[in-house]
Amino acid sequence: MRTIRIGSGAGYSGDRIEPAVELAEKGDIQYLVFECLGERTVALAQQARMKDPESGYDPLLEERIRAVLPLCAARDIKIVTNMGAANPVAAARKTAEIAGSLGLSSLKIAAVVGDDVLDACKERDLPIMEFEGTIRQLGNRLLSANAYLGAEPIAQALTCGADVVITGRASDPALFLAPMIHAFGWAMDDWNLLGQGTLAGHLLECAGQITGGYFADPGFKDIPDLARLGFPIGEVGEDGSLVITKVTGSGGAVTAQTCKEQLLYEVHDPTRYLQPDVTADFSQVKVEEIGEDRVRISGGGGSPRTGTLKVSVGYVDSFIGEGQISYAGRGAVARGKLALEIVRERLKLTGIAASELRFELIGVDSLHGAHVSVHANEPYEVRVRVAGRTENRREAVRIGNEVETLYTNGPAAGGGAFKSARDVVAVASVLLPRELARPQVQFVGGEQR
Amino acid sequence: MKLREIAHSRTGDKGNTSNISVIAYDEKHYPLLLAHVTSARVKAHFAGVVEGDVVRYELPNISALNFVMSQALGGGVTRSLALDAHGKSLSSALLDLEIEDRFDP
Repeated sequence: MRTIRIGSGAGYSGDRIEPAVELAEKGDIQYLVFECLGERTVALAQQARMKDPESGYDPLLEERIRAVLPLCAARDIKIVTNMGAANPVAAARKTAEIAGSLGLSSLKIAAVVGDDVLDACKERDLPIMEFEGTIRQLGNRLLSANAYLGAEPIAQALTCGADVVITGRASDPALFLAPMIHAFGWAMDDWNLLGQGTLAGHLLECAGQITGGYFADPGFKDIPDLARLGFPIGEVGEDGSLVITKVTGSGGAVTAQTCKEQLLYEVHDPTRYLQPDVTADFSQVKVEEIGEDRVRISGGGGSPRTGTLKVSVGYVDSFIGEGQISYAGRGAVARGKLALEIVRERLKLTGIAASELRFELIGVDSLHGAHVSVHANEPYEVRVRVAGRTENRREAVRIGNEVETLYTNGPAAGGGAFKSARDVVAVASVLLPRELARPQVQFVGGEQR
Repeated sequence: MKLREIAHSRTGDKGNTSNISVIAYDEKHYPLLLAHVTSARVKAHFAGVVEGDVVRYELPNISALNFVMSQALGGGVTRSLALDAHGKSLSSALLDLEIEDRFDP
């Protein structure tokens, strides 16, 4: 039976770079996938592109590609990534330029375009899923609308001989499913295979989160050598069989426990994991340790895909103003609470227009609120935190100022004040009839397929 | 005993919805999870954090439960005022749940 090995080189845009180099060098892989596109990243990248038409792709693209391209070219490892963000064509051009500078100008670089569906969404004035309202009602606050594309155009690019495929918004598991479709010729209506392939992609897409990252809990769940965490490899057979492993000698661990945690990560109903290519079913999955750092995952299934694509809509939501200051020693919590009362009163007295406010003590109740934290012990030091949502920057700035003035107007011995005011680009979702997104593969140089 | 002694857990986020897995270290404890870690208890445990429903999904093959909590992330990860906007730390709070260490069917 034919088998391919797919490495996962990044789990988010800022992820470590050396683990991908290790995969390319020692992983005996044929594909290296970088998942680098967070929910709101496309909206932020779109803002950048509006200022500079050659920007709008992942800021770490050059560093990542330079680090792995010579190794990948020497070993014929194909690269698939969503680092194109809001501008996959510019990202592909940049990649071609890097390839040229490394003496690798024969490499074929493809961009997948067509995820930008802003016009189609506006035309239909689609309803927003998270709150009452429609696309058009966002008015000039609307920044971007990008559909989660499936594996098909990526697989097509690979089949056309691409060495590097760069997408914008695409479903994360699809980045991994595409090499399987390309290598094994899976039919796009073989729902069980697509479901099992999606399962593989889902497990791999967060990179270190399945090899021991986001997992260690000393005394309960110990993981060796997290500073040198190895990123995962999926060994996929043409029948959909799957083993998760990693480079021998790298840090971390692949165990039944790490795989089970990642299996349910960001999953809602496990019988219906909605993807552009398939409705995947993870409910019958089995997880079995078959060797050191080798875990077999079976039982993924699927049913037909839905008629719509999820679209991530970026918009300017609001401003957030924030201030922090610390207190320590005996009575720290009492002084912190007094500080919060003072700021609460000051925000009222000065008439700051905030639609939502949080008053909390870092070290006591900032993460889970007063109810969940009620039995916490009194800490040696606390940090006051006040945050508020406003309509404009001027109001947001005033919130941080009211915390900072505690230095000279608040309780004794407050130190290390910090303040910030930032605009919030948020994302919401709409569902677009799938035929309205028309993905295309574009090789740099302009050749369309 | 605390839930932490028999189960491990991970939080995930999508928009304003948080999901928390609860996975038995040993499959023999799965019935304890089924009996004691109910949607109602999870909802009560997260009073002040979770404003929407809590739905529980059961995965007997891997001795795990998956709790899906709506309106749980301060309006959504990308706009939340919270320090931990993703709610990544919520799993640790759930593992603090007190579990009776016997099973009465």
